[in-house]
Amino acid sequence: MVATTRKLHHFHGGVHMPGHKEASTRLPVVDAGIPGRIVIALQQHIGAPAEPVVKVGDRVLKGQIIGRASGYVSAPVHASTSGTVTAIEPLPVPHPSGLNIPCVVIETDGEDRWAELQPLEGYPEAEPDLLRARIRDAGIVGLGGAAFPTAVKLTPPADAAIDTLIINGAECEPYISCDDMLMRERPEEVIQGVVIMRRILGVRACIVGLEDNKPEAFQALQAAAAGTGIEVVQIPTIYPTGGEKQLIKVLTGKEVPSRGIPAQIGIVCQNVATAAAVYRAVRFGEPLISRIVTVTGGAVREPRNLDTLIGTPMEHLLDRCDPHLTPEDKLIMGGPMMGIPLRDGSLPTVKATNCLLAATPGDQPNQGQTMPCIRCGECTRVCPVNLLPQQMYWHARAREFDKIQDYNLFDCIECGCCSYVCPSHIPLVQYYRFAKTEIWDQEREKKKADLARRRHEFKQMRIEREKREKAERHKAAAARAAAKTNAGKADAGKAAGGAKTATDADKQAAIQAAMERARAKREAAAQAGAEPKQTANDADA
Amino acid sequence: MQAIDLRTPHIHLDSSVSLAMRRVLYALVPALIVQTWLFSWGVLINVLFAGLAAVAFEALMLRLRSRPVGSYLADGSVVLTGVLLAMALPPLSPWWMTLIGVGFAVVFGKHLYGGLGYNPFNPAMLGYVLLLICFPLEMTSWVAPRMLLEMNIGVTDALSAIFLGTIHGGTGIDAVTMATPLDSLKVQLGLARTVQEILEKPTFGILGGRGWEFVDLALLGGGLWLIWKRVIGWHIPVAMLGALALVAMIFNLVDPGRYATPLFHVFSGAAMLGAFFIATDPVSACTTPRGRLVFGAGVGILTYIIRTWGGYPDGVAFSVLLMNMAAPTIDYYTQPRVYGHGDKAP
Repeated sequence: MVATTRKLHHFHGGVHMPGHKEASTRLPVVDAGIPGRIVIALQQHIGAPAEPVVKVGDRVLKGQIIGRASGYVSAPVHASTSGTVTAIEPLPVPHPSGLNIPCVVIETDGEDRWAELQPLEGYPEAEPDLLRARIRDAGIVGLGGAAFPTAVKLTPPADAAIDTLIINGAECEPYISCDDMLMRERPEEVIQGVVIMRRILGVRACIVGLEDNKPEAFQALQAAAAGTGIEVVQIPTIYPTGGEKQLIKVLTGKEVPSRGIPAQIGIVCQNVATAAAVYRAVRFGEPLISRIVTVTGGAVREPRNLDTLIGTPMEHLLDRCDPHLTPEDKLIMGGPMMGIPLRDGSLPTVKATNCLLAATPGDQPNQGQTMPCIRCGECTRVCPVNLLPQQMYWHARAREFDKIQDYNLFDCIECGCCSYVCPSHIPLVQYYRFAKTEIWDQEREKKKADLARRRHEFKQMRIEREKREKAERHKAAAARAAAKTNAGKADAGKAAGGAKTATDADKQAAIQAAMERARAKREAAAQAGAEPKQTANDADA
Repeated sequence: MQAIDLRTPHIHLDSSVSLAMRRVLYALVPALIVQTWLFSWGVLINVLFAGLAAVAFEALMLRLRSRPVGSYLADGSVVLTGVLLAMALPPLSPWWMTLIGVGFAVVFGKHLYGGLGYNPFNPAMLGYVLLLICFPLEMTSWVAPRMLLEMNIGVTDALSAIFLGTIHGGTGIDAVTMATPLDSLKVQLGLARTVQEILEKPTFGILGGRGWEFVDLALLGGGLWLIWKRVIGWHIPVAMLGALALVAMIFNLVDPGRYATPLFHVFSGAAMLGAFFIATDPVSACTTPRGRLVFGAGVGILTYIIRTWGGYPDGVAFSVLLMNMAAPTIDYYTQPRVYGHGDKAP
């Protein structure tokens, strides 16, 4: 076995917290089974939603594409089992926005019949572009939680010289153990997936980092990685080491630039479950239609990890774990630090669902009364980004959105370390989310207002121009008419029989002159009366 | 209805404001015992009286400001304010002085600014400075430590001194009081004596003032316990005592006859109380790590300046208040480097 000698680094802050992971790692991973109804959201990733390619009444097979990627940063979605499409409509899904998202509802037939798959034999020698296309077609997104389309992440900008692939097995949030169980039970899939991604990126250095509270996973991965040149590294268990930026710092000592991406410092970071999904997609042609989900918390008697079809209702998963929920208990998708609280168990799982936490009040102690901030600075001590959380809190409360940006609000990763240690129990992260949303809204409003102002100015300019052109046309017409009259007079002098014409011409000239006078008068009045307005318009333009 | 609950689920560490305040009070207990032993029952009586008065004022103000009285009183912050102020007062201070000090601290120092968390100044020090300015004579009449006293001041003596203004049916309080060590150093230096001559007098002990040094050792112990328990950070106490000692050392090296040693400065007056219990008040101090170093150093240096050249024997209270004023600005200029900003790793 290769002894790793990698020098580890520290990031600022972080907290040690009870892991509660033992509960769900006692039993092996089992299949969650096929629920009667599956709800597949057409947007389960960061980027544009997929477009449905099936209609109500269609019969679909397991692995069949039902939503096509609709842009570069997008991912297709597939039926996770066979059955009949019964509806395509916006439905509630667990998404931080809380908005309804178009979903394909499938009434399952229990047969679980696969569509025809296209395995890629000899994948270790395949061209990177082909491998990328396979990953893209399989609808793989980052399974660590952010759900960014994996193929896009494996296509770094042309000017970025990628030299290191980092695989995130840290899984730092309490309670969650799906990555741990995956690494223990299917280490070869993870390592083979890493080999494929390493080939796509053409890099030599490849590090799998996992927290030292997962010794079994470490052993299994090390054995599987033997001879591949992949470095498996144990890192200290500190929340939030699983944050991409924190993990990169720990393993390499480098920092991802603010508002930048790891590719800027030559690094691509992927989750272990993503690696396993990449392997299955390339080797067997299987799209991403299932994942391991941890079901745990005090409100289930048999916490464990379940291999779950995407779109399975949360209730179905709970029922597999002997639940005894009471009205005080809470359902959370994800961990207790960054998860999304659910209002009920009817919501479907999505690709980003790593954990379903049925939390009793005992799992969430100290949700007590919020007291005033006493500026104790504990939040500053634990912030992994080295922000000043309490200062941001004051400015968010006061709605001073300019000042809060001076304190680098947008560098906040919302890990919740500050809320965790706050002795006054202030829900700090909520204030930052509020401030971020308000600032985005303001920027949108400002853009809209800018657009409206530009439109208005353009309209003003056009009106002015038309007025000017009209005046010039009139002037030209008058000049022509005057020339004609003069010519007519001269003619009348010469020709006796032209009297009628002359009279007509005279009449016309008189009318023309009267019109000229009236216009001059009008213009004079306008000049005198509306001068300030005119100036203001000029200034505007 | 929205599908999800938009509140953050974040769990909490088992900590609270009241726990922190209680721990600070526990840390004061050893010093309180030593101080009571050395300077009569008056210390304990003052502390109890001030604590009760503080709670009463706080309850009244919460009532007037329509705030929940019970839960806010339970945070314990106001008891701490009262206790800290009382420990800084002369042991036999008359009850009305304590009342005025506590009342000013709680009403003006705390609630008129918006209550807990909003006061820019340390309330206890505001109360202390008010009394120092209004009643300079009473505020400098400290009871002599028991080893320098002929008589023993009992509980009844202390009670009668505090609430009636007399001891033993007629003896004046001045019979048992004397100038504090810092005060006598200042006066004696003014009489052209050298520091060495002055420190040989019985008023002075090994580290600082006679008796005072034990109180300061107890405060040091309590303060270290608070750091160990993470109730306070190390930055402010280390910076304050370090700066005070450093400046004292420089002047002491230049002219040992005119300037006392660093050890004397650290173990005299309110240096120890200030370093661990007063300058560390989170609400009114700096909050950034580097800011806390600057803040502490500022308090230490100002304390030395006021003690040595100012009009008052001790300067901790004024120094803390002056640095309180500067705290927001210091915080602004000492923001830590955020992850991903700049090239330099922290």
